[in-house]
Amino acid sequence: MPEAVTTATGSATAAAEPPPRRTTGRLAVARLRDLALVPAIVLIAIVGQIVNPVFLQPDNLINIGQTMAEIALLVLAQTIVLIAGKMDLSLESTFGLAPGVAAWMTVAVGAGHGTGLLSGAWSIPITLLVGALIGIANAALIVRFGLHGFIVTLGMLIVLRGLLTGISGGQTFFNLPESMMYPGTAVWLGVPASIWICVILLAAGIVLLGYTGFGRALYAIGGNVDAAKAAGIRTDRVLWIALVGASVLAALGGLMLSGRLASVAASQGNGAIFTVFAAAVIGGVSLNGGKGTMFGAFTGILLLFMIQNVLTLAGVPAQWIGALNGAIIIVALVVSRITGGKAQE
Amino acid sequence: MSRTEESGRPVAEAVGISKRYGSTVALDRAGIRVLPGETHALVGRNGAGKSTLVSILTGLQAPDTGRVQFDGVPAPRLSDRDRWRRHVACVYQKSTIIPQLTVAENLLLNRYDRNRGGLISWRSVRRRARDLLAVWSIGMDVDARAGDLSVEQRQFVEIARALSFGARFIILDEPTAQLDAGAIARLFGHIRDLQGQGVTFLFISHHLQEIYEICDMVTVFRDARHIVTAPVADLPRDALVAAMTGEATALAAPRSRSAPAARAGAVLDVAGLRLDGRFDDVSIRVGAGEIVGLAGAGGSGRTEVAETIVGLRVADAGTITVDGRTPRAGHVGDALARGVGFVPQDRHHQGLVAGMSIADNATLTIPDRLGTAGFLNTRRRDAVAGALIDDLAIKTPGPDLPVSGLSGGNQQKVVMARALANDPRVLVLITPTAGVDVRSKEFLLDKVDQVASAGTAVVVASDELDDLRVCDRVLVMFQGRIVAELPSGWREHDLVAAMEGLTVDA
Repeated sequence: MPEAVTTATGSATAAAEPPPRRTTGRLAVARLRDLALVPAIVLIAIVGQIVNPVFLQPDNLINIGQTMAEIALLVLAQTIVLIAGKMDLSLESTFGLAPGVAAWMTVAVGAGHGTGLLSGAWSIPITLLVGALIGIANAALIVRFGLHGFIVTLGMLIVLRGLLTGISGGQTFFNLPESMMYPGTAVWLGVPASIWICVILLAAGIVLLGYTGFGRALYAIGGNVDAAKAAGIRTDRVLWIALVGASVLAALGGLMLSGRLASVAASQGNGAIFTVFAAAVIGGVSLNGGKGTMFGAFTGILLLFMIQNVLTLAGVPAQWIGALNGAIIIVALVVSRITGGKAQE
Repeated sequence: MSRTEESGRPVAEAVGISKRYGSTVALDRAGIRVLPGETHALVGRNGAGKSTLVSILTGLQAPDTGRVQFDGVPAPRLSDRDRWRRHVACVYQKSTIIPQLTVAENLLLNRYDRNRGGLISWRSVRRRARDLLAVWSIGMDVDARAGDLSVEQRQFVEIARALSFGARFIILDEPTAQLDAGAIARLFGHIRDLQGQGVTFLFISHHLQEIYEICDMVTVFRDARHIVTAPVADLPRDALVAAMTGEATALAAPRSRSAPAARAGAVLDVAGLRLDGRFDDVSIRVGAGEIVGLAGAGGSGRTEVAETIVGLRVADAGTITVDGRTPRAGHVGDALARGVGFVPQDRHHQGLVAGMSIADNATLTIPDRLGTAGFLNTRRRDAVAGALIDDLAIKTPGPDLPVSGLSGGNQQKVVMARALANDPRVLVLITPTAGVDVRSKEFLLDKVDQVASAGTAVVVASDELDDLRVCDRVLVMFQGRIVAELPSGWREHDLVAAMEGLTVDA
């Protein structure tokens, strides 16, 4: 971080300079940063409505919410890890492997690669357990052995994807047990359960990061780990919880997607991590740690999915969506750089 | 506030402290006694044992022998951080503030107020932070992001945090090193306020003039020993400098060379150089075969001037001419091509690529001479490197050894070899003998002398007296300006005093 202050005055001649005062409103600005994407979201909504009047119909909005709910959980998970100054690339593989293992163990023999070892009721506990185990493996390597998080989780990403391909034989699991379908298909009060889950977890995340000692410890660790230690924060323990928690969230997101699609493909989640990182950074989360909010990250992913939806409604050919997605991410980064005013870290 | 009954009992006292690291004696039966309400200065040249004493006083290390007491009570166990924190706090040069968080949160990190639901109540955290700053009359917005504060304000957040733990004894480790004059004046104002409220300070500084300005007592350390403790008023400046330097045995600098004919055409001509916030109005002329010292304490701007000459920094004003031509500002490659050789400040940071071989490191600046069209001829490289290794007497089995395998002295010789590889017309050295043994030091300084004899213009930017002793004349910088010029044969007192910003009339 540049020392903006030391350049203020050069030499002994400046003795009479008044003390630099910061007036109020700093926090207000910091909070505004959280809302930086709101105008963009409103703008896209207006453009969407002009492009195709279907856009603001409840069905379409629910469609957007449902398709983004699963990825949004990955974004919330990644935000926790990023704020603590770490990275977890393997979340996208956890997103596929956790429900994949559950399907592998509960789907009856004869239907694809299912083994039918356990009854269907076990599928949700198994999914979450696999998520937790992956998180423990990541945390052990990163926190306990002090390896670099980026490379460790890059390795894990490949290993976990390979495991899913191995157990599924590269095929898709069908005929999932009833309980596994529930989170992705149930409707509560007229709105899909996955949207409820996503919104509830978002609210919980906002409270967690903003109003609990654990959440503030994440910021302190990401900002200056030595200072955090000096303040009596048990940094290793906080990082363990953050990494395991993030993996469990990713597993839950995968479960929601599997339920909605009634299947677990060997490629489930493949490539999603790039969208996740893009959404977090667009939403104001720093890749260097210590900065960003749950709400900001959420607006990031919401903006990306709204734009995709508008493109689809506008009849952009599917073959071009990929290229446009990449371009949109870059444009969104530039826009948030301009509205945020500071270089992204 | 609370300087009523405890009048005579020292706030902090260290008696008979010894500490060794391997064969190095860091402290030898040294001690200090700090009375309540005073501002006590601790001074000494590098390696005098100041930092070791600070780490013992703050409970980061245990002394080998001796005892530490606070308010007459023996110091707590090292593991009991909370109790140490209630007695003493140190504001280090390296900030322990978290820049992304607000002032309020930094003050009360991990000590938040909770509401009934167990969640953090930001309103009461902010109120408590505001109260805390108000009690110590520190005017600051608690909602400001710590990263937006000035260095001086950040120091005050650290001081306020220390006070909030109950400590009334605060160690300031070179607090003025990164501050400009105005900020220093404000810092001193705050220190006096707090002193009036019963806070005791131990003040470590290289700027002696500041000690006369702000401190009541001064303790001098030299060569791991306690030399003197006296009221500042009773210790005149030259006595203080004498206590710091002692009769230190100087390296006998063999002078095979007589000073060059005066000002016979400057090879290096620096005129009116200015870099905002670092230095101003610096003019230096160095003739062929002349060695000019650029002395000054840390933060005086000497390093920055040297780095500007070689193109690592871009000046805001002024010109640099090498042999009548001006290298492109901020372009190290162009400076090298114009014949500037450079030994950077920190060999680990800028001087060497630790994993690469001696040959690669020594020839890093001259790839164009080792082959054509971007390819390197390894045989030619080894030949060039071999000659440099012989020339600088680098102790190595061969040019292929990674430099990380060499001793500090030999590593520094490799850096020097690299600087000399392109037969420079101007050689710029920053602390060229930092962290090397006496033998290598003598050798390196001899080499500088030799290079100058061959007609190279040399600039030595350093605060090491031994480095400066080889110079024909020494320019002294203080707070970004050249304040004195001393011809060869200067007295140690005069140079140290000038570097500390004093003028000793005697």
